[in-house]
Amino acid sequence: MSKKYDTPLLDELEKGAFPSFVKEIKLAAKHSDMANDLLGHTELCFKERVTHWKHGGIVGVRGYGGGVIGRYSDIPDKFPGVAHFHTVRVNSPSGFYYSAAALRDFCDLWDKYGSGLTNVHGSTGDLVFLGTKTEFLEPFFAEVSSRGWDLGGSGSAMRTPSGCLGMSRCEWANIDAMAITNDITHHYQDEMHRPAFPYKFKFKVAGCPVDCIASIARADMSVIGTWKGDIRINQDEVAKYAKTMDIKAEIIDMCPTGCMQFDGKAMKIDNSNCNRCMHCIAKMTKALRPGTEKGATLLLGSKAPIVTGALMSWVIVPFIKMEPPYDEFYDLIDKIWEWWDENGKNRERIGELIERLSFPRFLKEVGLDPHPAMIKEPRRDPFFFWSEEDIER
Amino acid sequence: MEKEELKKIIYELVEASTGKKKLKQTDILKKVSADQGVEKDEVKAALRELVDANTLIFTYFGGSFIEIPPK
Ligand code: HEM
Ligand code: HEM
Ligand code: SF4
Ligand code: SF4
Repeated sequence: MSKKYDTPLLDELEKGAFPSFVKEIKLAAKHSDMANDLLGHTELCFKERVTHWKHGGIVGVRGYGGGVIGRYSDIPDKFPGVAHFHTVRVNSPSGFYYSAAALRDFCDLWDKYGSGLTNVHGSTGDLVFLGTKTEFLEPFFAEVSSRGWDLGGSGSAMRTPSGCLGMSRCEWANIDAMAITNDITHHYQDEMHRPAFPYKFKFKVAGCPVDCIASIARADMSVIGTWKGDIRINQDEVAKYAKTMDIKAEIIDMCPTGCMQFDGKAMKIDNSNCNRCMHCIAKMTKALRPGTEKGATLLLGSKAPIVTGALMSWVIVPFIKMEPPYDEFYDLIDKIWEWWDENGKNRERIGELIERLSFPRFLKEVGLDPHPAMIKEPRRDPFFFWSEEDIER
Repeated sequence: MEKEELKKIIYELVEASTGKKKLKQTDILKKVSADQGVEKDEVKAALRELVDANTLIFTYFGGSFIEIPPK
């Protein structure tokens, strides 16, 4: 397909060291009318400093309330290729493992039914297929579901859970992040495909506090693997590190709780004060290993800055065993959702609701006990309070 | 209560609020279960059949709602 539009403003976004979506759209435009018109349309939006996209509406596949995100151009006569430009989310597999054949197959399907443009992966974790027309939604869905794939979440629903690759490649995984991600996905199919929440709800599962999936910042429910007991120390390996590394500057002085000691020969850790940040273990991989009793810390409430500013998840359960069938975990989630459903306003995330109604009330009403680990931000006091019943008169 | 009867009640509720207030799935579950004295899960099952049959659909306008499909 030949070049249809001059795009001086978009061309600016091809300059510099970073990957450019403009470059990718131009590549797709060589064989896709939709991608070609997307260039012209986007250039015009930039030129006029106003969006010509309309959001939302009534698109989807039969029976599902999510997985498809509707977008329309408000100037379809000028840019017929993007009159419809819907996005389809396909549920990613745990750990994001694909065969090359599956990815090629997806690309071929999307050349056939869409613009050819994808976003793998979106920040949601899904395989994101950008740009198709309403009439292609059902045929595309039929093709992907016949291959065993399903749509992901969108709208006021549980979003596609995601997690780090955990035990499949990483020795630090304290929990089976892939298995848990997969189990949550299957356990809550209804909550994902039939939106019934006040707003979105995201799960992200990290095998350890390094948190490669950034669950603490991007998931309403962060499941982060951790351990109980002492960090295992191999003093011979510590001695070897001492030859190549300034252990005092790089480890001891950087331990956030100041619970480590090194006298030039042996390393000591006051494990009762360790907050399991992983810093020392991640730096001295051969010398230090996590303790042997494995489980997870559950944290709740993070979201990106939209209404009141960014929130990080905070601890609601310091330690829980995460083993199938995960009954204790699911019971807690169900209680949290019920509370959110009872009290939440439309478009109010769980973290915002807790901020509005208070953390003590949340704990009480979902039946969790206060614990000193439940701090709102690092190095801030816990914020639970005495209630009438606690006071002996 | 018969499922068909419940489906009729749900449909009429959505129909009556069309053009006035968009209903979320949870609004429907709460209202119908309170009015009819049935479990929310029962209402949910009936609603699901309506959606699977395309009699009602999910829509998205800054939140997910249940509506009657456009003619
Ligand atoms: C200057 C132009 C644009 C800017 C600055 C921009 C910015 C962003 C940002 C910051 C995000 C969140 C990304 C993340 O957290 O990983 C996002 C997500 C997204 N953008 Fe854009 N965007 C632009 C143009 C576009 C265009 C042209 C399209 C479609 C062709 C698009 C489709 C999307 C979609 C579908 C998502 C959600 C992806 C997901 O979370 O799965 N954006 N955008
Ligand atoms: C200046 C241009 C744009 C900016 C700054 C922008 C920004 C964003 C941001 C910040 C998000 C939230 C991402 C997340 O939380 O994961 C988002 C989501 C999204 N964007 Fe854009 N966007 C732009 C253009 C577009 C265009 C042109 C399209 C399609 C025609 C598009 C489609 C979407 C979709 C489908 C989502 C996901 C909505 C959902 O999570 O339910 N965006 N965008
Ligand atoms: S979060 Fe921890 S377990 Fe998961 S990949 Fe990263 S380092 Fe490994
Ligand atoms: S894990 Fe973090 S807090 Fe614990 S001893 Fe190592 S550096 Fe200190």
